[in-house]
Amino acid sequence: MSTVTQSPLPSPLRHRSIAGRKAADLIVKILSWIGALAGIAVMALVLYEVVIRGLKAWNVAFFTQPVPLDPMSTGGGMANAIVGTLVITAGAALIAIPIGFMAGVYLAEYGRNGRVATGVRMVANVVMGVPSIIVGVFAFAILVKPLHHYSGFAGSVALAFLMLPVMARTTEDILNLVPNELRESGLAMGAPRWRVTLKVVCKAARGGLITGATLAIVRVAGETAPLLFTALSSPYWITGLFGPGGYFGGPVANLTKTIFDMSGSPFPHMQSLAWGGALFIIVFVLGLNILVRLLFQRGKEW
Amino acid sequence: MSAVDAELEPNTGGPRSAAKAARRGRRVALGDPIFKGLAVGSGIFLAATMFGLAAVLVYNSWPAITTLGTKMLTTVAWSPGTNEYGALAALAGTFMSTLVAMVIAVPLALVIALLLVELVHPAVSRVVGTAIEMLASIPSIVFGMVGIFVIVPFVQDYFVPWLYSTPLGNLPGIRPGMQFQGGGVSIFTAGVVLAFMVLPFITAVSRDVMKMVPQVTKEAGYGMGSTTWEVMRKISLRYANSGIVGAVFIGLGRALGETMAVAFLIGSVFTDIPKSLFDPGTSIASLIALQFNEATDKITVSALIELGLILFLITVLFQIAAQAWLRRVQRATGGRA
Repeated sequence: MSTVTQSPLPSPLRHRSIAGRKAADLIVKILSWIGALAGIAVMALVLYEVVIRGLKAWNVAFFTQPVPLDPMSTGGGMANAIVGTLVITAGAALIAIPIGFMAGVYLAEYGRNGRVATGVRMVANVVMGVPSIIVGVFAFAILVKPLHHYSGFAGSVALAFLMLPVMARTTEDILNLVPNELRESGLAMGAPRWRVTLKVVCKAARGGLITGATLAIVRVAGETAPLLFTALSSPYWITGLFGPGGYFGGPVANLTKTIFDMSGSPFPHMQSLAWGGALFIIVFVLGLNILVRLLFQRGKEW
Repeated sequence: MSAVDAELEPNTGGPRSAAKAARRGRRVALGDPIFKGLAVGSGIFLAATMFGLAAVLVYNSWPAITTLGTKMLTTVAWSPGTNEYGALAALAGTFMSTLVAMVIAVPLALVIALLLVELVHPAVSRVVGTAIEMLASIPSIVFGMVGIFVIVPFVQDYFVPWLYSTPLGNLPGIRPGMQFQGGGVSIFTAGVVLAFMVLPFITAVSRDVMKMVPQVTKEAGYGMGSTTWEVMRKISLRYANSGIVGAVFIGLGRALGETMAVAFLIGSVFTDIPKSLFDPGTSIASLIALQFNEATDKITVSALIELGLILFLITVLFQIAAQAWLRRVQRATGGRA
């Protein structure tokens, strides 16, 4: 130890050997790398398992046949569940993207730092943390219980609820990146505010806006909990909008709930179909995620 | 395009363009209030959804609140068949699995955030950061499947036998409890998988708050001859610590409400508080997920919705706390989180 400081001084001034300090530095650096590699390893493990097990289930029947009615059969596929998931997710996007976009415009262009906007922003952040199962219970209580039947639409509403705050906050963040000079020059030309917002500000930010909307869709496409008591599940194809097999009228087949039911099955073929479905969702979600990041990376930097 | 051009065309004066301006003026007068109204309406609607959700939950759980009273929060077992509606087993399972998750995820997230912000080249940081972020987009059900088919057998066949062969296996909380089923399907396994599900959220927020530490302050530290770790510990972490508390709360809120993966992994013991990390149990969210469609009578449905209300209140509290802590860093650094 040092001869200079016999009495302990406050920590920043206490003398320590260079070697000890460098060793501590190195240990932390190594630990950081181990941590990052652990995270990446888990990611790799999940992808590996899903790809290896899922690919075995991917064949023509998987993409063309509906879910088998008999759990002991070795045929059938997931085609009706894939279609159902696409329909339910599209329904959610139709509800949440316009409202979420306009709410984002409000936060970025009108409300800004006002008291109301601050409150809305705070609530949006809190809603983003509400567990998805609770949103499922909510959609059950407002759409399934009073109407006495499950429906794909109820599932869409639950997913839309989860998308809405994400869409609003990303829209706001992206619009905030647009320089004010652009707004000012538009307004100075005599254009009304709404035209400046849509034709100048949003046009300049469109890459980011598309990325934001896609990520909001990706965020909910793999959700299961909100669909458990809303869209439920079905072994049949969706038959249209109304009637017992339709979007508004009854349970709609969807991938995640079907995977949930099948992976609890003791029959290997059912489990295999579940892995195939899991692979489909991963490809859809990660694929879109990476695609928009590559296409519109610009939107993030500005 | 042409519409924009016409709109942006400079007013050259003269009676004709004045008339045109007047016509345009009327359209403007309508367009702006409508657009603003839609925007404001959407913003208010967004805020209203949360209060609507709370109101619907309270309304639908009212029958249970009035008939069951405090039994929900004072009794352990959940067994609608015998008229038992206790949430304590589920609450205990929720908090135990969340605790396991946080013990693993928080230190891991912090070292990863340090790596991303301070240690590596920005290009490397971006690649590693994206890989960690991608964990967040893996659906919960996929984590559940990998958990049940890969992690559970590993824990049951290798980890638990190894642990019980060491002295650690005799510690209370670790040695098998009454419900022990081999340790694969357990609070522990659910917590471990949860840890990697919340890791990207804690990492991302910690990284963002650490990035807000002013560069000059850090450079001052380096100028004094500090090592990277000293700058991190004595400057970055001090500066960002309230933001890191916020990040931890965000992770906590996520872990408490996570449903599908936990429903797969925690087991379905609804009637007993787990005495060991390696016992199965249940969580509020997975209890709702697994029991809701089985519930036939009104009071059971209402009691399940009351469970949802309890979970909602807990997670909202953590979210609000997280926002408050994050705002403190924002004010301290003048940045945006």
